[in-house]
Amino acid sequence: MARTSRRALRVVIPALTVVALLVLWQLAVVVGLVPNYLLPSPTQVLSAIAGDRCLLFSHAVTTLVEAALGLAIGVAVGFAVAVAMDRFQTVALALDPLMTVSQTIPTVAIAPLLVLWFGYGLAPKVVLVVLSTFFPVTVSLVTGFRSVDPDMIDLMRTMRATRWQIFWQVKLPAAMDHLFSGLRISATYAIVGAVIAEWLGGFSGLGVYMTRVRKSFSYDRMFAVIVIISALSLALMGLVSLLQRALMPWKRAERNDHED
Amino acid sequence: MRGVVDEVPALEARRLTLAWSGDEAPVVRGVSLHVGVGESVCLVGRSGCGKTTILHALSGLTRPRAGSVLLHGRDVTGVPGDVSYMLQKDLLLPSKRIIDNVCLPLVLSGESVGEARAKARPLFGRFGLEGCEDSWPSELSGGMRQRAAFLRTYLMGNDVLLLDEPFSALDAITRAEMRSWYCDMARELRLATLTITHDVDEAVGMAQRIYVLTGDPRAGVPSRVSAEVRVGRPEGVSFEEFALSHEFLACKREVLEALGA
Repeated sequence: MARTSRRALRVVIPALTVVALLVLWQLAVVVGLVPNYLLPSPTQVLSAIAGDRCLLFSHAVTTLVEAALGLAIGVAVGFAVAVAMDRFQTVALALDPLMTVSQTIPTVAIAPLLVLWFGYGLAPKVVLVVLSTFFPVTVSLVTGFRSVDPDMIDLMRTMRATRWQIFWQVKLPAAMDHLFSGLRISATYAIVGAVIAEWLGGFSGLGVYMTRVRKSFSYDRMFAVIVIISALSLALMGLVSLLQRALMPWKRAERNDHED
Repeated sequence: MRGVVDEVPALEARRLTLAWSGDEAPVVRGVSLHVGVGESVCLVGRSGCGKTTILHALSGLTRPRAGSVLLHGRDVTGVPGDVSYMLQKDLLLPSKRIIDNVCLPLVLSGESVGEARAKARPLFGRFGLEGCEDSWPSELSGGMRQRAAFLRTYLMGNDVLLLDEPFSALDAITRAEMRSWYCDMARELRLATLTITHDVDEAVGMAQRIYVLTGDPRAGVPSRVSAEVRVGRPEGVSFEEFALSHEFLACKREVLEALGA
């Protein structure tokens, strides 16, 4: 009983907080605390979403395709780099500083260059998403591979395990937890990265929609697109969590254990 | 019974000299020991005197600076895979169910998962693991996890086992239970066991012979075998009963004196 009520509180309290904030926001606009031409009310945002739903949907599809494609490539590249860094000490030494430096370059700064190099189509968006998603995957995987107890590797050697068997049976499962935390971060970067690339040039996508509505000063639709972008990011994160539950059944057993 | 010593030992170490790294002073120097077929032998020494280093070399994980390791008379120095080694931690993989954890050595040697499981399942009873086949390691108690680690070690299929403080992580009651369970099982399956421990009571309780390792490698004094003590636990006498006997105390005193305690 105590456990279920505690679990219910974990849902109810944050939900109430969100509702309270929305009510406060609505009141602030209705009462006139903030002029309506600067800040639309939540209900206005909702009706903007409803009114523009077809347009928003088609732009969201473009953004999602770019994000998914970039994420898939980013994960594949990140995985390959991590495996190479784990397998060859020289690769790890060579890439470690480069990886860190590459992450200090702001995406907004390279996005215009990418548009210059790759045009206004799909390519610059996908490249930007790849650049911003592969890093969290690589770092989390490398950390995961290194987290393996050296004694476990010794034990595997006394069982005559090959390098490949050690990777497959021990290192990869041990890195899964880290991989999924990295993936959750990558998933949000993917949507945001695609939107940023679209700002700087393109024919469709939520970023394109955003620049258009900003130029026409329709703030309710600005907020509408923000809501859609967050919703997409959350959905993608949720998908990653679902995937994790399916691929790591032992985590559920561990969690039950801790709650008892 | 003395015949055991006359035949070719299951495992023999000849004048092993070992170091932690290439240019450092040796940790152990000139250590010779043997374990007969089906015999239980303990290696006793203080923490940090190089016991685990010796097991690493015997298992083939490291190459000795000098000396050799023989398995049934065959030179296996520096070659892992012929001796089963159970490390201090249970090292069960959290991502595998117990059945698949214990099957690991079989799967690694090329058997299909189905074959391996079929081979392992009938052994769960003997190892006190009935009903745990499909549990995750995180769902088991320390004692049960240790049993699973024993079963995995057994399924490595070697008749020589090296145990590194196998019971030290368990509470006192579980430890006593596991110890007598292991001794019965090893006798039944004719396993040659070399156990390292710093617990003298444990050594006298489970071994037929005890090697005492003394030295202080950190102070530059390499360890060596300073005594070999024969334990006379009569057949059929339980561990608890033996622990109350004069012979037990006499052996314990002999070991303690050799340790310089």
